[in-house]
Amino acid sequence: MDSTLNIQHYYQQMQSNAVVMSYKGAASGKLLDSLITVAQAKLAEIEPKRMVKKKVFSVLVEILQNIHHHFNNVDLEALQEDDAIMFVFAKNGENYSVITGNFILSAEVEALKGRIDAVNLLSTEEIKDRYREVLGTGEISDKGGAGLGIIDIARKSGGKLQYDFSKHNDKFSFFSLTVNISAT
Amino acid sequence: MENFYLEETSKTPKLSFNAETGRFLMSGRSIPENSIEFYRPLFEWLDEYVQKPAPQTAFDIQLEYFNTSSSKCLVEIFRRLEKINSQNIVINWYYEEDDEDMQESGEDFKEIIDIEIKLNVLES
Repeated sequence: MDSTLNIQHYYQQMQSNAVVMSYKGAASGKLLDSLITVAQAKLAEIEPKRMVKKKVFSVLVEILQNIHHHFNNVDLEALQEDDAIMFVFAKNGENYSVITGNFILSAEVEALKGRIDAVNLLSTEEIKDRYREVLGTGEISDKGGAGLGIIDIARKSGGKLQYDFSKHNDKFSFFSLTVNISAT
Repeated sequence: MENFYLEETSKTPKLSFNAETGRFLMSGRSIPENSIEFYRPLFEWLDEYVQKPAPQTAFDIQLEYFNTSSSKCLVEIFRRLEKINSQNIVINWYYEEDDEDMQESGEDFKEIIDIEIKLNVLES
């Protein structure tokens, strides 16, 4: 992936054009819930096509809940960072983008990177097969797990997942993810 | 045994499982943060139901959306229902005509699960 991908830069760029909503600040399950609720209301205002609304909403839910599963492992006190997550939801013409940034344990970076890279290599048909394989055989866990979320996000959005990791300190890294959702 | 019933909320579906008639319904949304916690009581209810199921079990599923952790739970539900003689159970998966994602989801389960799953277009 493009190593110059920088969420701060994207954030500024998005502010100037088509941001539907954005958030930067503390993170909690409740907060993510509120973001989901607000995003849904915004989407209802701006998107006339029911099925597009539905698709965008379901990708949004998956992205935000995926973050939640990751920060469950992050001790926010040890992190000492007020702005634990960043979220930008934008509309570009007919299409939508969701950009998120959140801290994860540095120890998890390689595994997550590997999962996203693996999904990005697959064709649409292969993603479908992979999804079925993981869904049918994957062990159920309290975390949802097995990377089904990432596969689902790639499958529904219909595009490649763009990401970046930057080291925050010895323990934490900042993970940013850009998902473009094709509305056609 | 008692029936299993839960009202729909903004994040969880209506669940109506009748042990006597074998009519099961799941409808609405399923996007809880912790799906396993939500579905666990239903798993336990089904574990008991499959010991002595109704002569015919028909399970209607009309979901608007579900998250991936719910899809794992659906697999868990279906795995339990696979214990019923395959001639005595049918799953009806409903989707709106233009909802390709929901149609594909039905096909996903059809591929994975060893129970007859009928895909039906919802009349709008």
